Amino acid sequence: MATQEMRSVYVETLIALAERDERIMVCEADLMRAHGTTKFADRFPGRAVDVGVAEANLVGVSAGLSLGGKIPFAATFGCFASRRAFDQFFLSANYARLNVKLVGTDPGVTAAFNGGTHMPFEDVGLMRMVPGLTIFEPADPVSLRALMKQSASMWGCTYMRLPRKSVEPVYEEGEEFTLGKGKLLFDGDDVTIIAMGGLLVGEAIKAHGMLAEEGIDAAVIDMHTVKPLDEELVLHHARKSGAVVTAENHQIAGGLGAAVANCLSCACPTPMRMVGIRDEFGQVGTQAWLQQHYRLTADEIVTQVKDVLNK
Amino acid sequence: MDTQKIVEFAKEIRTQTLFTIGNLGVGHIGGALSVVDVLALLYGKVMKIDPANPLWEERDMLVLSKGHAGPALYATLALKGFFPMEELTTLNQGGTNLPSHCDRTRTVGIDMTTGSLAQGFSAACGLAYARQLDAKPGYVYAIIGDGESQEGQVWEAAMFAAHYRLDHLIAFTDYNKMQIDGTTDEIMGLGDIEGKWRSFGWYTQRVDGHDVEALDRAVLAAQKNSGKPSMIIMDTIKGKGAFFCEGQVGSHSMSFDLAKANEAMARLG
Repeated sequence: MATQEMRSVYVETLIALAERDERIMVCEADLMRAHGTTKFADRFPGRAVDVGVAEANLVGVSAGLSLGGKIPFAATFGCFASRRAFDQFFLSANYARLNVKLVGTDPGVTAAFNGGTHMPFEDVGLMRMVPGLTIFEPADPVSLRALMKQSASMWGCTYMRLPRKSVEPVYEEGEEFTLGKGKLLFDGDDVTIIAMGGLLVGEAIKAHGMLAEEGIDAAVIDMHTVKPLDEELVLHHARKSGAVVTAENHQIAGGLGAAVANCLSCACPTPMRMVGIRDEFGQVGTQAWLQQHYRLTADEIVTQVKDVLNK
Repeated sequence: MDTQKIVEFAKEIRTQTLFTIGNLGVGHIGGALSVVDVLALLYGKVMKIDPANPLWEERDMLVLSKGHAGPALYATLALKGFFPMEELTTLNQGGTNLPSHCDRTRTVGIDMTTGSLAQGFSAACGLAYARQLDAKPGYVYAIIGDGESQEGQVWEAAMFAAHYRLDHLIAFTDYNKMQIDGTTDEIMGLGDIEGKWRSFGWYTQRVDGHDVEALDRAVLAAQKNSGKPSMIIMDTIKGKGAFFCEGQVGSHSMSFDLAKANEAMARLG
């Protein structure tokens, strides 16, 4: 399976959706070139709106487009989609029960050379506080296509984290996905690794192999949808393995780790460890350097698994 | 236009707005009363609406971006028959369909949820864009406040509407020159407000916001204008028509009882 830029898949999927449904629109805030949606604009003039450098208006206009019967996919860097336009997304889109598909690009360390100002480690945490919002981060092109289609076909707002760059393929073409239902990549009896997003799902798969070499049988779940969380899957594997490690390209406070902990602490208290950002700001660097610096790695997952298993 | 009819309708809206807030005992009376005349004109003459079919796709739509003036719009909608007059007594009560700020999911006839200032204005622009794209008939009307115009998002939306030539968007600024903390001049002066809108590319007019004939002429001119969104700056008086708060800064949100409301209604004639 060849790698493919996630933004290319995003745009191709939008075009495919828009060919079948004339309500699909693209909204951008001067990042059309960065996201590659100029291709959509060329194909569907008038159905791609660039609001300029104005993220609050991006989300407000998208809410109005939804009110006018459209299905807008509004994209900007995740830092702006969440921190800068949070009130607009909260009220004009979600509280008003409209249908805005917000996309936060360059999640976490994938912001790399744009640095700390552009590095959202907190977008999921903010968005989890919006009642009823569906929040997801596809791990690869196959899941991106499938989950975007579901987002487009459901009524209600969604927030999708989308790295622009290539990610390693996880799934074969034709694999099926359901928003709100995690994917079990490996079953396992000793520990359950729950990861979100291409970067950490990839590291979790590597960790699975490393642990297997040491005789540790780890289940791995791609929890693409952090809200609503697939509690049934979490609880089943927590009960089965008796230990859980979460992994995310985000603050552990408010993110996937917190969501899983919320679920387990009430229904099935389970020894847990969390891999993710520990109350720190982002900073500039290559993605590889940042990944090492913040310990978003298979090695760290293995360390945390051994810690939770007292090995 | 039957001016007298609109003037009478405005008086009824003022009366019911005073009753609605007075019955509760507290509310945003000042900025509600300053938009009554434009609401009377829009819902009494201008807008194509059908109270029996409130979601009629080809209707004209209004976004009351200064959502705290909701009670004046609720009075207008009730008088038009969108919902029973008795509902006006439920303002801000638990479970009500009439919350302090407009909510499209709760109130029949409310086209957009507003309350966090400037957000409704962006939504009105997006709505107007969608309708323009679909070549739908009808207009999108929007009302913003003068204090609201201090929000940066208003100007983001202003650029957007001009850039996309949304000439079926007709907006009004309720220029009552007061906000919570004082006059707009004292708190954050709006300067040459007409010049600002013109320079942002809007077809800009300025009228007495309590003169329904002048308002009507401005709306007709706005409808005839093409290629630009319209801004009608209305010189208004905060608390217009209520002796106990007219022209007073403190009228943004204030307490008054039904006795005072009744006295104000009586003085309306």
